[in-house]
Amino acid sequence: MEREFFLLFSTVATGSGFLVVLAKNPIHSALALVTCFVQIAALFILLGSPFLAVIQIFVYVGAIMVLFLFVIMMLDVRKEARSRFLTKGAPLGFLVILVLAAEMFFLLTRNAVFSTNIVDGVPTTPSIKELGLTLFSEYLLPFEVASVILLVALIGAVVLAKTEEDDTATKDELAGGVVK
Amino acid sequence: MIPVSWYLILAAILFVTGAAGVLLRRNVLIVLMSLELMLNSVNINLLAFGHHFQDLRGQIIAIFVIAITAAEVAVALGILVALLRNKHSLEVEDLAILKG
Repeated sequence: MEREFFLLFSTVATGSGFLVVLAKNPIHSALALVTCFVQIAALFILLGSPFLAVIQIFVYVGAIMVLFLFVIMMLDVRKEARSRFLTKGAPLGFLVILVLAAEMFFLLTRNAVFSTNIVDGVPTTPSIKELGLTLFSEYLLPFEVASVILLVALIGAVVLAKTEEDDTATKDELAGGVVK
Repeated sequence: MIPVSWYLILAAILFVTGAAGVLLRRNVLIVLMSLELMLNSVNINLLAFGHHFQDLRGQIIAIFVIAITAAEVAVALGILVALLRNKHSLEVEDLAILKG
């Protein structure tokens, strides 16, 4: 039963992952990415970490993708949807990706280490209590550093998105000079 | 019981898909979204190994990855909005003002 669920979730995740890259309209690829994230959250439950699945839904789907959709809807994407699809260096990039994919494929399929289950007995799902105790005792310093990083990102985003009233003239000049 | 290699192969497929999006697409928004896809595939790997070895550290590192991703997206979209205010283009090749 677990195997069938894994195949279902991974098929939908892969398909929507391809759709993210192949869609012309950024809104379509954002919605495909939401689908992909929900499937990955389901896979996290299969992996015995329901807390991470909830965090995935809250943070990725609830916060990050909504932020993306806000930005997409603030901008005019109709013009962009008609523009060219690939970059100029596409053949070289394609070669790099092909090499990367072949490397990963051979590593994962020709290696016997990963194809066996070496867990002794029935795997137990670690409780959220254990997770919290480890996070706040052994990993307290990284946790605090992460909170400082989030604060810096918050301040940085506010500063970047703020409009300065005093130098609008320079900005208009710059915009006029740069737009083709 | 699913072998851990299945999860690793799924994560590799998603990672390569995301890398293709980053390297080949022209739209900055889609490049950022492909980056999210790559980070998520790494999270699958972390949790698969954590489950495989019955170790909590996989989950803890995945929590940190998610927190840092949230910070990264906030800054990236802030930069993008500030950039688009001056330069009305969403294409990667037009955004090369730091190039010497």
